[in-house]
Amino acid sequence: MNLTLRIWRQKSKGASGQFASYPISDVSPDSSFLEMLDLLNEELMNKGEEPIAFDHDCREGICGMCSMVINGVAHGQDREPVKQVTVCQLHMRRFKDGETITIEPWRAQAFPVLRDLIVDRTSFDHIIQAGGFISVGTGSAPDANSLPIPKSKADYSMDAAACIGCGACVAACPNASAMLFTSAKIAHLNALPQGQTERYQRVVNMVTVMDHEMFGNCTNIGECAAVCPKEISLDFIANLNRDMMVASFQGVTPTVSLNGANK
Amino acid sequence: MATTVKPAIKFDQIQFKEGTLNSNVPEGPIQQIWDQYKFDMKLVNPANKRKFTVIVVGSGLAGGSASATMGELGYNVECYCYQDSPRRAHSVAAQGGINAAKNYQNDGDSIFRLFYDTVKGGDYRSREANVYRLAQVSNNIIDQCAAQGVPFAREYGGMLDNRSFGGAQVSRTFYARGQTGQQLLLGAYQALSRQIAAGKVRMHTRKEMLDLVIINGRARGIITRDMVTGKIERHLADAVVLATGGYGNVFYLSTNAKGCNATAIWRAYKRGAFFANPCFTQIHPTCIPPAGEHQSKLTLMSESLRNDGRIWVPKNKGETRRARDIPEAERNYYLEVKYPSFGNLVPRDVASRNAKTVVDDGYGVGEQKNGVYLDFSEAIGRLGKQVVKDRYGNLFDMYTSITGEDPYDVPMRIYPAVHYTMGGLWVDYNLQSTIPGLFVIGEANFSDHGANRLGASALMQGLADGYFILPYTIGNYLAQAKLDAVDTSHDAFNEAEGGVNDKIAQLLSINGKSTVDTLHRELGRALWDYCGMARNEAGLKKALEIIPQIRQEFWENVNVPGSAEDLNQALEKAGRVADFLELGELICLDALNRSESCGGHFREESQTDEGEALRDDENFSYVSAWQYAGNEAAPILNKEPLTFEYVKLTQRSYK
Ligand SMILES: Cc1cc2nc3c(=O)[nH]c(=O)nc-3n(C[C@H](O)[C@H](O)[C@H](O)COP(=O)(O)OP(=O)(O)OC[C@H]3O[C@@H](n4cnc5c(N)ncnc54)[C@H](O)[C@@H]3O)c2cc1C
Ligand code: FES
Repeated sequence: MNLTLRIWRQKSKGASGQFASYPISDVSPDSSFLEMLDLLNEELMNKGEEPIAFDHDCREGICGMCSMVINGVAHGQDREPVKQVTVCQLHMRRFKDGETITIEPWRAQAFPVLRDLIVDRTSFDHIIQAGGFISVGTGSAPDANSLPIPKSKADYSMDAAACIGCGACVAACPNASAMLFTSAKIAHLNALPQGQTERYQRVVNMVTVMDHEMFGNCTNIGECAAVCPKEISLDFIANLNRDMMVASFQGVTPTVSLNGANK
Repeated sequence: MATTVKPAIKFDQIQFKEGTLNSNVPEGPIQQIWDQYKFDMKLVNPANKRKFTVIVVGSGLAGGSASATMGELGYNVECYCYQDSPRRAHSVAAQGGINAAKNYQNDGDSIFRLFYDTVKGGDYRSREANVYRLAQVSNNIIDQCAAQGVPFAREYGGMLDNRSFGGAQVSRTFYARGQTGQQLLLGAYQALSRQIAAGKVRMHTRKEMLDLVIINGRARGIITRDMVTGKIERHLADAVVLATGGYGNVFYLSTNAKGCNATAIWRAYKRGAFFANPCFTQIHPTCIPPAGEHQSKLTLMSESLRNDGRIWVPKNKGETRRARDIPEAERNYYLEVKYPSFGNLVPRDVASRNAKTVVDDGYGVGEQKNGVYLDFSEAIGRLGKQVVKDRYGNLFDMYTSITGEDPYDVPMRIYPAVHYTMGGLWVDYNLQSTIPGLFVIGEANFSDHGANRLGASALMQGLADGYFILPYTIGNYLAQAKLDAVDTSHDAFNEAEGGVNDKIAQLLSINGKSTVDTLHRELGRALWDYCGMARNEAGLKKALEIIPQIRQEFWENVNVPGSAEDLNQALEKAGRVADFLELGELICLDALNRSESCGGHFREESQTDEGEALRDDENFSYVSAWQYAGNEAAPILNKEPLTFEYVKLTQRSYK
């Protein structure tokens, strides 16, 4: 395949960036999107130019490292029979010979660009640090089968826990909201009996930090779930809102310190 | 400034040493050693714990769990990883499951059986006492993870579900859909996050460890490069823990993440930590075969697929019909035929080698003739499509997105790929390396798996080390070590930082014509061809000629663009490959020395009449621990003898 790539180039955080165009030829339709970029980078280096910087690691759709907007869609658009995937799982057979492909980083205030297609997502870690855990120290756990959990609950919790924290939801959202990400972690833990003790404090603390990290508000547009490679459901956002309501009835206030938070 | 390129090492220059290593296994009946030792170890007074700082390099299952637990105990922990978040360590990719001796299925499992299976599965090249302890703490891991909210699979009654995995005859594997590693890692990451919020752990992301600092014989710090700004930084501590994962990427193509590297352990090796059994690498039987030259990594299809999938190749060489059109009578279910009692569930090394044999003999399938079929049609007939989907749905989806083929309809194509490294830095019973104050946990150590790791045992080992073993043994060290009061202006820091800067400057100044990937691919090819699934003397000697040539070419002709002060991925890669080019040679030396076959190390010269790995217990019942002796000198081989009191030495047989 022969393609034209329009890629966002930016030297460093805060520097101004611009698109650059690169023709590329002889791309195998069986190669992955990132392998296509590897090929481009080899060519650039052989010409003495600097390669495109992009985040990636596992290349099997699970670490959540890869992150780019392709032709306006976070992770690019996959088609039937496969559902939405991460960009590392996207293969070139999904594109047409001769196509021009535009590649940009995640764009969100909370995710500053570090170089080319690489952004800083530590704001996600800060949300988890605010309460995305169950407080159980090593060694203090009872026998695992002493607490039976209905299969349906465990499955529901697993559906939410499948989130890989890539940030596509934020990149796709016109408001750059982190609601899908945050609600998935809350649903994972709040669905389980182990998670009940901290349930309402968790939601209040995590939402507080989420707002502080300069993510936008959720206005129920649904773009987030549409691009999510792990099919995280919008229902989790509804659950989060319900838990927030209960928390406010109960008068739960944030106990999290915002000093450590980003920016 | 330019250091000379490491010259080729000749096998006959190697010196051997015995009696140099002390495993520090306490005396006593194996069932009681750990409990007794926990009582005997020195404790750090709770109020004193905050006076100690521990560096943990790595945030995977091993590093993440260790950092969280030491934070809970009150130590100050500085944790490093090269990704942008600790949640992305490659543990995240483990699919299949984690073992424990719970015996929830009442099928005869026990701590002793898990211990026994692990020693035997490792083909008698691991240390009994360590393995016994691993089996003992396995049960605590499941309790801990369930309490953290890891959404393990459950039965309808709400109890935890188990499956049988990779050659085990009991159902002892716990799992969370096909994402067990991800869920266990998120559990550890969440515990870690809690300690970060509590101020007990400081997390340093996008920082790569480039050297270890030793002061007065003890590990006291590390040098890192900030991968965003390029800044080289010094970090001081009272002890250093390496939890940096496996080095399978030395083969270029593997199931590891692209960033997985040997740099941290290789630097430690060059600072005096012995490197044990480097040639013990595990080749996983069920991966998607490479599609062409552009292939950048290989994807594992969980071995749990072998529970329901049947492996076969056509009986005719050069078969051109589609799989579905080949009648039953013309299919060779070679594992079921050869190993009637284990069938498709033989251990990994056996499954891999048999796949290689049939492909080498010309029965390979797929366009490149480089795979064997893994067929679910029988399972779909027996269980229905929905059950198969519930069990393996996400794996099937992954396969489809990579290959464009639908495994509900046509059999998967699989082929072995490098997956796990049993070798790693040598550690004693305390998980301490030969450098006092340097501890090594998880896949980075030479571990409890001997010459072959059983499925679902790496996650267990990483979490055992991190949650339940290291936090004790490191306390014992800190309570007794009389550490000098030093700071980062110490000469050892100057020297280490200087070396790091020189190397970076050198890499950037070569301006040659070859890219790092090209040379890495060449190294990988040499290792795969001569030190892969089957090894022999002539091949290994050949590899020992080729690898130094690639190394030479690298240092003369590599092209690393960009600058040291920026985010520079080419530079990161170059540094890692420079280390792989040295490690690759050590791997071949080790394989050449070990002229027996054992587990995943198959020397063609040493096989039974039936073509199975033939151990030589008389001459090789030892751990090979390699000691660095300088850039130009051959390394020294130290031997730790292995004795087996509880698991009788037998030749493995899976017939
Ligand atoms: C695809 C796949 C599937 C698997 N499936 C299973 C399974 O089902 N069951 C099972 O038991 N095992 C499985 N394994 C094996 C198991 O996942 C690993 O052995 C284990 O997770 C390793 O954990 P770790 O903590 O030692 O290392 P990792 O999780 O690899 O973590 C390494 C850490 O070190 C950091 N690091 C590395 N180098 C540096 C450096 N130079 N500077 C700074 N930081 C550094 C990384 O950032 C990372 O945080 C699988 C492995 C793979 C690859
Ligand atoms: S590189 Fe890991 S999810 Fe894409």
